[in-house]
Amino acid sequence: MADHTEVDSVSGTATTGHAWDGIKELNTPLPRWWVITFYITIVWAIGYWIVYPAWPTITSNTTGLFGYSSRADVAVELANLEKIRGAKMAALATASLADIEKDPAMLALARAKGKTVFGDNCAACHGTGAAGAKGFPNLNDDDWLWGGSLEQIQQTLLYGVRSGHPKTREGQMLAFGKDGVLKPAEIITVANYVRELAGLPTRQGYDAKAGAKIFAENCAACHGDNAKGNPEVGAPNLTDKIWLYGSDEATLIETITNGRAGVMPAWEGRLDPTTIKAMAVYVHSLGGGK
Amino acid sequence: MNLTVKPDDLKPQEAQPQVLQPVDDYGPLYAPTKKVYPQSVSGTFRRIKWGLMGFCLGVYYFLPFVRWNRGLGAPDQAVLIDFPNHRFYFFFIELWPQEVYYFTGLLIIAAIGLFLMNAIGGRIWCGYLCPQTVWTDLFYAVERLIEGDRRERMKKDASSDPMKLERISELVLKHSIWLMIAWWTGGAWVLYFSDAPTLVKDLVTFQGPPLAYIWIAILTATTYTLAGFMREQVCVYMCPWPRIQAALTDEWALNVTYRYDRGENRMSVKKAAELRALGQPAGDCIDCKQCVAVCPTGIDIRDGSQMDCIQCGLCIDACDTVMTKIGRPTRLIGYDNDINIHRRQEGKPPVYKLVRARTVAYAAIIAVVGGAMVYKLATRSLLDVNVLHDRNPIAIKLSDGSIRNAYTVRVLNKHGFDRVIAIDIEGPVNSTVHVVGADSVTPDRPMIVIGRDQTEELRLLVTAPEESNPEKSIPVKFHITDIGLGVVASATDNFVSP
Repeated sequence: MADHTEVDSVSGTATTGHAWDGIKELNTPLPRWWVITFYITIVWAIGYWIVYPAWPTITSNTTGLFGYSSRADVAVELANLEKIRGAKMAALATASLADIEKDPAMLALARAKGKTVFGDNCAACHGTGAAGAKGFPNLNDDDWLWGGSLEQIQQTLLYGVRSGHPKTREGQMLAFGKDGVLKPAEIITVANYVRELAGLPTRQGYDAKAGAKIFAENCAACHGDNAKGNPEVGAPNLTDKIWLYGSDEATLIETITNGRAGVMPAWEGRLDPTTIKAMAVYVHSLGGGK
Repeated sequence: MNLTVKPDDLKPQEAQPQVLQPVDDYGPLYAPTKKVYPQSVSGTFRRIKWGLMGFCLGVYYFLPFVRWNRGLGAPDQAVLIDFPNHRFYFFFIELWPQEVYYFTGLLIIAAIGLFLMNAIGGRIWCGYLCPQTVWTDLFYAVERLIEGDRRERMKKDASSDPMKLERISELVLKHSIWLMIAWWTGGAWVLYFSDAPTLVKDLVTFQGPPLAYIWIAILTATTYTLAGFMREQVCVYMCPWPRIQAALTDEWALNVTYRYDRGENRMSVKKAAELRALGQPAGDCIDCKQCVAVCPTGIDIRDGSQMDCIQCGLCIDACDTVMTKIGRPTRLIGYDNDINIHRRQEGKPPVYKLVRARTVAYAAIIAVVGGAMVYKLATRSLLDVNVLHDRNPIAIKLSDGSIRNAYTVRVLNKHGFDRVIAIDIEGPVNSTVHVVGADSVTPDRPMIVIGRDQTEELRLLVTAPEESNPEKSIPVKFHITDIGLGVVASATDNFVSP
């Protein structure tokens, strides 16, 4: 070992005895309090390993003496939250849909809950603001295929449309062209007739009388003689300004030729009844509810 | 001194080997703290300090118990920071969170107020009003009462004899009283955040909220440490204000100053009398060091203006006492500045310039900010409305071709009673407004009850018929009218087409 007693004349500090190109390294040890703190942290870390989950094992990890897990913490917090909400949620579960909408506090709660659940479950098709898209109805407007009252919305939510649920809403737009019921020329004619009903411009020289006849024989059964639709079978009103798939001639011909059968899943069993109630109130309160 | 250059010095000298000598006149990086033992003193400034201490502590401790009737259901505490309900009460003023900018105004006034004090009379804040000074002064008073004055305390601390029961009981008593004062300090603090009498009852029956106990503990610890042990160290090392102060001061500001024009040269009373008898000038300072003995930061004011000086004025009292005893004029140390010292040295009368650009500007800023705040407070509306347009979807086409926009409208009722409001809109021609969930008896003009001292969030649907659909977005105004008082609050947003 080098001589440790050598003292640097300038600083008065002992050197380590190591020299590089004539420069000697001073021996400046770490402060004692620092070293002690450092050892304490080591001891602390060992204690931490023992009482808290720390080391990975092949399939799991050491659980620690305290049995702590962040997942259990979340479970406790969620349980507490349910406890806090308990009374209000119970009130929501028993109140009628109309009563919920009349009570400002319950309406606020239902809207808040409905909005969250809507974002998780419905927004994929209907959009985050429920504005819909082609083939997926806008839930903000006042045009409802299956009815826009609170009860009707709740039923659609519970059982869906063409969802396969035993109580599902059933009804479809037939494929008049593909099934050979109507010839292509007839389809063009009736498509123009429907545009006329809706107040849209029609192809020059189309036969309105023939269109009316085709409509009465094939379409009126569901859409009604006046083409105002029928919420019992989900037949849309053809005289208004709202079109789920589009109102141009080509789209209408496509619809009549191939039919339409959009699907709304049934939420019964997937969401609890209170949540579905809140959802119905939320959708109804978007502004289009009847 | 005459410098003479010898011819030898100009000759080129032989190159000397350069030897680096160790520099040993650097002071230590960490100077050990010298404990300060301020001596008791009496006089004008001591009386002012006692008075201000009593006033400040009195306000601090008793303000939470002052009551102020605000009507049924509202808290009756004059000064209350109500965090759970997001309200701040100050006598007749009630502030909501969105009015927190008033505090910005208060902070501006406080800062400029400090600047103004500084421009007029130096560190008035530090010397008389700062909590650190007030509490330290109180702690010193307790210490002096129990352990005796400066000399006794120094002797007791320096004694290496094993402690006797008397000394131990003295120390126990001192620290107990200190802790009690510190505990009251924290105790009073929490009273500003909850109903004081109720909280006091809860605290003594151990039913207070844990947060209250934690805050009392924290403030007890800080008061005990800062006023009992750190004392002047806080002012000298921790506080940024002395540094800022040094940058703010000017040559006209009055500071606690040793008038060296009168004091120097220092000499004994006897020698001074002899010199004066001979008609020769003699300094008034007899170097009795009383000014140093009473100083709470342990400095010598005769060294001139310095950062450690909090300008409490106690040295003025100490010096005045001595000057009176030896029959010389008082105020050898006093509020003064260098300009006047020089003027006196030149035989001119002193000048005091209170009105100067700096003080006028500070006073003007205070007046403007204060005036603006008072005006805003006096004219603020107790009914307010905020409107937020739905972002998604921004507009809805209805089956008859009309267009509907939805808005989230928040109505604020800052009055202590329920109010009925009516909603009117000014937007596209023939447009109608509907409030979701409200079955109003007046469908064309929805009316809603807004509870006292709260906000109500409403969902408003504005519908414009097809023929008046705007091509692009046009402004729509929402007027919220208090039916009872006739007060109107308005907000503007846009009506857009899809």
